[in-house]
Amino acid sequence: MTVLSIENVSKRYQLNQKGNSTDDLRDTVTRWSNSIFKPSKKNNHKEDFWALKDINLEVKQGDRLGLVGANGAGKSTLLKVLSQITEPTNGIVRVKGRMASLLEVGTGFHPELTGRENIFLNGAILGMQKSEIVKHFDAIVDFAGIDKFIDTPVKRYSSGMYVRLGFAIAAHLEPEILVVDEVLAVGDADFQKKSIGKMRDVSNSGRTLIFVSHNLTAVQGLCNKGAYLRNGQLIKAGKIDEVVNEYVKTVSKFQLKQNWATSDDAPGNEQVRIKTISLTPNQEILVDNFDTRTPLKMVFEYWNMMDNAELNVSIFLYSMTGECIFNIGDDAKIYQKGIISATCDIPGDFLNDGSYYISAMIVKDRLAPVFFFEDALAFDILDYREGTDWYGKWPGAVRPKMISVNSVQKELL
Amino acid sequence: MNSTERIITAKKSISAYLNEIWDFKELFWILAKRDILVKYKQTVLGIGWSVIRPLITMIVMAFAFGKIGKLDTNTAIPFTLVVAPGVIIWLFFSQSLQALSQSIVLNSNLVSKVYFPRLIIPLSTIFLGLVDVLISVILFFIICIWYQFLPDWKLFLAPIFILLTFLAAFGIGLISAVLNVKFRDIGQIIPFVIQFGYFISPVGYLTESVKSADHAWYYKLFVLNPVTGCIDALRWCMLDDFAAFNWDSFIPLVIFIIITFFYSIRFFRKHENSFVDHI
Repeated sequence: MTVLSIENVSKRYQLNQKGNSTDDLRDTVTRWSNSIFKPSKKNNHKEDFWALKDINLEVKQGDRLGLVGANGAGKSTLLKVLSQITEPTNGIVRVKGRMASLLEVGTGFHPELTGRENIFLNGAILGMQKSEIVKHFDAIVDFAGIDKFIDTPVKRYSSGMYVRLGFAIAAHLEPEILVVDEVLAVGDADFQKKSIGKMRDVSNSGRTLIFVSHNLTAVQGLCNKGAYLRNGQLIKAGKIDEVVNEYVKTVSKFQLKQNWATSDDAPGNEQVRIKTISLTPNQEILVDNFDTRTPLKMVFEYWNMMDNAELNVSIFLYSMTGECIFNIGDDAKIYQKGIISATCDIPGDFLNDGSYYISAMIVKDRLAPVFFFEDALAFDILDYREGTDWYGKWPGAVRPKMISVNSVQKELL
Repeated sequence: MNSTERIITAKKSISAYLNEIWDFKELFWILAKRDILVKYKQTVLGIGWSVIRPLITMIVMAFAFGKIGKLDTNTAIPFTLVVAPGVIIWLFFSQSLQALSQSIVLNSNLVSKVYFPRLIIPLSTIFLGLVDVLISVILFFIICIWYQFLPDWKLFLAPIFILLTFLAAFGIGLISAVLNVKFRDIGQIIPFVIQFGYFISPVGYLTESVKSADHAWYYKLFVLNPVTGCIDALRWCMLDDFAAFNWDSFIPLVIFIIITFFYSIRFFRKHENSFVDHI
């Protein structure tokens, strides 16, 4: 059954252009009085901006829809339209059943009020009846883990407590459709796990979830359907894996291959010139994106313009933050003029998910760098998990399977 | 599964809107309660402030206008009693106007994050002032006992005029609240209006004393002030036979309320959906 249908929804904002950007009373009065005296003059200072353009989407009961897209793609605007905070400029949204939206945790919390008072305030704001709040009160306090501080003004709460309380209230709403925006960005790992668990409960009980997050792992783990927005337009909707793949493919700054046909314009110097550098999956099955399981093969070729040179290559792999994950090189050998080819195999189940880039260096006489080819390749490794219910960011630079942890039951009580 | 279908489009009917306000009545109470709870948090005197403010105002007014301005010489009853209804109305009016005009901006965190009929926010501001009115009225009774003055049956009409006072503030307050979202200038104008409003309303003096002056044109303008109508009416009902009912100021008040009430609600409805885009 379709519980939510979005038909041709568009949302337009008017941007004020330069010179008109200060929107104070005086300007408006001036403009207004000008328009009285010069009624024919068209006001062309405004520029339209379509935050959403002709969105069509259907959500079935029990679906967990993940909205993905870059910042400014219109995800939040869509949620705002769905939760009736702004009206669409065109189009219709049909909603069956009670919908609650959680665009922020602890909406309307008043810092001076106690936790107890805020539970009732926030509950009412989210559309709960008083009897419902009373019924869930203990569960909320328990979920948030703040029983000792329930009669303390929330301004004295730590930010973690504040967020936990906010989420706990929202989690005990019992709407047929729950709209959630980026709540996982806050709280510690333990709390994130609890929140995801709660959202999964929501969907398991036949209710519908609409979820926005930049944490693709969480989106993939939680949702079964996805919709990818770009510049206010719906690019792709369907199964979550396909949607996420499409999204990753279009946004990541992949540089998987660089190639030069002649040595004239290739990077390098009088002694060496780069010919090609590439990174491919080192397996039979072709994949669009690399995930943590994918073994990778790097090929690096260069022109050597020196005779009897003792050369070796040195490969640097950096994380996105610029930290060097590893640096390895081959043994130095004597080479003649011509093309030299080096390969490097990076096994699967070794790197963690994240963005990486590779630089390559050619070294002469085992000590002197001849040429350093920086940022030659850039690639993303996607997350892949099984056997865990946790979808937070996996910590660490590497996630090697070759190092294993084994547990056995040593003793029985 | 609830089978009722809700449709979100660019326009909504009036009856649907009123229904929605009714659905959110719980929120209305809780917002009113919040404002009252929060008002005196972390103060030593707490609710005592609601006693001190009207009391000091009455004393200062009675002293400034009565003793220094020598207006108390020809009144039949103690001048503090004459001032009391004026102070009650003025404090309620100014407080309501202030609260109304700031209501949307102060609740911007709600407006930009959750949906409910926005009219709930300004409507719920009435209670904050009502609590103070109640305390001021009790204070008035204490003063009555002090001066051994007995109001007559007309006193029971007082709630009507208190309500009219809120309605008088409601229209302009609501329009200010909407404008304040886009133009924070309103936040500057309102306190200023409240500051000089004291003097152009008959808080510390009687409307009669304006009438008896030679400037007849001034009296005609003076009675157009809606607060004048409210104060005159409250004086009539609270002070036994002391003041006659003044139709000159009451009729403009009623007309003012009717016009601003409907216009302001229309104005509010027209703009409430774009609050979030400007706030």
